[in-house]
Amino acid sequence: MLTYVLRTLVKMAITLVVIVSLVFFATRLSGNPVDFVLGEGITREDRELLIAYYGLDASIGTQYWRYLASVFSGEFGLSFLERRPVSQIVLGRAWPSLKLLLSAVSFTLIVSVPLGILAAIYRTSIVGSVVMVIAFLGYAVPAFIIGILLVLIFGYTLNWLPVIGDGSALHFIMPTLAISGMLVAAITRFTRNAMLDVLSQDYMRTARAKGLPEWIVILKHGLRNASITLLSVIGLQIAGLAAAGSVVVEAIFAWPGIGDLLVRSAILRDYPVLQFGVLSVAIVVIVINATVDIAYAYADPRIRLAKG
Amino acid sequence: MTDVTQTSSSRGTPFHIPMWSDANWIVRIALLVGLALIVVALAAPLIAPFDPNDQSLISRLRPPLGFERYKDGFFLGTDELGRDILSRCIYGLRLTFALALAGSIIGLLIGGTLGLLAGIAGGVLEDLVMGMVDIQIAIPFTLIALLILAVMGSSLDVMILVLGVYGWEQYARIVRAEVKKLIQMPFVEAAQAAGATPLRIAFRHILPNVVSPIVVQFTLNFSNIVILESTLSFLGLGVQPPTATLGSMVGIGRDYLPTAPWIVLVPAAAILLLTFAVQILGDWLRDKADVRLRTR
Repeated sequence: MLTYVLRTLVKMAITLVVIVSLVFFATRLSGNPVDFVLGEGITREDRELLIAYYGLDASIGTQYWRYLASVFSGEFGLSFLERRPVSQIVLGRAWPSLKLLLSAVSFTLIVSVPLGILAAIYRTSIVGSVVMVIAFLGYAVPAFIIGILLVLIFGYTLNWLPVIGDGSALHFIMPTLAISGMLVAAITRFTRNAMLDVLSQDYMRTARAKGLPEWIVILKHGLRNASITLLSVIGLQIAGLAAAGSVVVEAIFAWPGIGDLLVRSAILRDYPVLQFGVLSVAIVVIVINATVDIAYAYADPRIRLAKG
Repeated sequence: MTDVTQTSSSRGTPFHIPMWSDANWIVRIALLVGLALIVVALAAPLIAPFDPNDQSLISRLRPPLGFERYKDGFFLGTDELGRDILSRCIYGLRLTFALALAGSIIGLLIGGTLGLLAGIAGGVLEDLVMGMVDIQIAIPFTLIALLILAVMGSSLDVMILVLGVYGWEQYARIVRAEVKKLIQMPFVEAAQAAGATPLRIAFRHILPNVVSPIVVQFTLNFSNIVILESTLSFLGLGVQPPTATLGSMVGIGRDYLPTAPWIVLVPAAAILLLTFAVQILGDWLRDKADVRLRTR
């Protein structure tokens, strides 16, 4: 177990170093960012001044070194556009993103776990087929199309739901649905497969043979055994899929979260913000993945009790 | 002597082209839709009724056939600059197809080569490749795409680069796993005994047996690449106007959603048609090839 944990942590550390370096070299290889931001109409002296201010006149090695130091201190300097500390901008956006994410993940679990169980139990009947077709096709619908259709139907045509911002509980409905689309499809499939593996086990027959009601057999003996695999898969998938989904969905609904910020800073080339935003999201995802990995190993006695 | 016949009795299934007769009606529809879309994309200049970038400001924002204010000839309506939506969709589909195909092939070449090398060479090289795969899996690809597009600018070349990087790790994983399995097989040993060079074994004996899982992965990956491309173009990070892909048509048309929803709905429907068809075909091929590629 200890070796396993150490290996996971080392892997996580390497991944972090790679993404940190990738972000730095990607943004520096493209030339001088000051030119993108300031454009025309600036005097030579002002340009020099700004380059010196942002430390862009040092050698690439020195810049990399300063950059690493700033990563560890969490100090990323000022946004090119807003002239506010980057960390302040990104952190200010974290809570709205987190709220939306929690809402989407809860919705996904509430919908897709029961659907997956149904699809597994009734796999030969029409119920199972319908669920699987929906889950299957849902995986092929981009989040932005769901978002746009929702806006068209519930926002503009029916006038039921607000289209922009995060002011009230009603504001959560459409973004949540748009992010959840692909997640529901994926998690329903996982749940079904995990349940199918369990349903054919001998202990399920034993549980039925001793006269337990069917729902107890399914929930207590079936779902409980499927849940370990399920949780690990959900943990790994949700972090990645949700990060991808919330970027585009937040942009559609002008949700004041990190996803919207990333898109905007990418379009406007606000590199400090983009760097810090990409890094924070990547780090969160990587840490969640490693945690899930270790938790999964801990839940599985075959790994937990293994020596070496 | 072909390796394909030798392995047919073992786990490594040889690639056989699935037949029309094995397909159920859903798959048949998907096949026909897919073929139709390919034909439309290839023959775009012949089919499109108008030049996709021809503006006509008098006939702006006209709705499709069957609605009030419909203008003759513009079956699916016109957009905010009076351009024919049908023609733009046809050309957009063509470009989306081209981008996705280029991206898929690049990803396949990168991932396939690395996977093949890792599987055959083993040792440090294998650890290195698989380490890279793990890192790639751990980082959400959207972030990498945003970063690359912001830094290198949005152009056709950069878009192809981004799509090309996408998905390489899946190919690498699958190819490596297959190769490691195949390399234990008697026919490889026989080839070695017969004096075949490692290169010959790799390309002549191992590669043909990996075709089947690669084809399946290629198809499944294709629909993801279409989604990625449309999403990035939708956000305004893809190919720049006036050139359009289906995704950027949805993105720009968004501003006219309340008054002229067809500008968005038509390309959105085209995207769904494409991803549905490809996804169904990919799933069918996976069933036919009977390989457990992933636990999804």
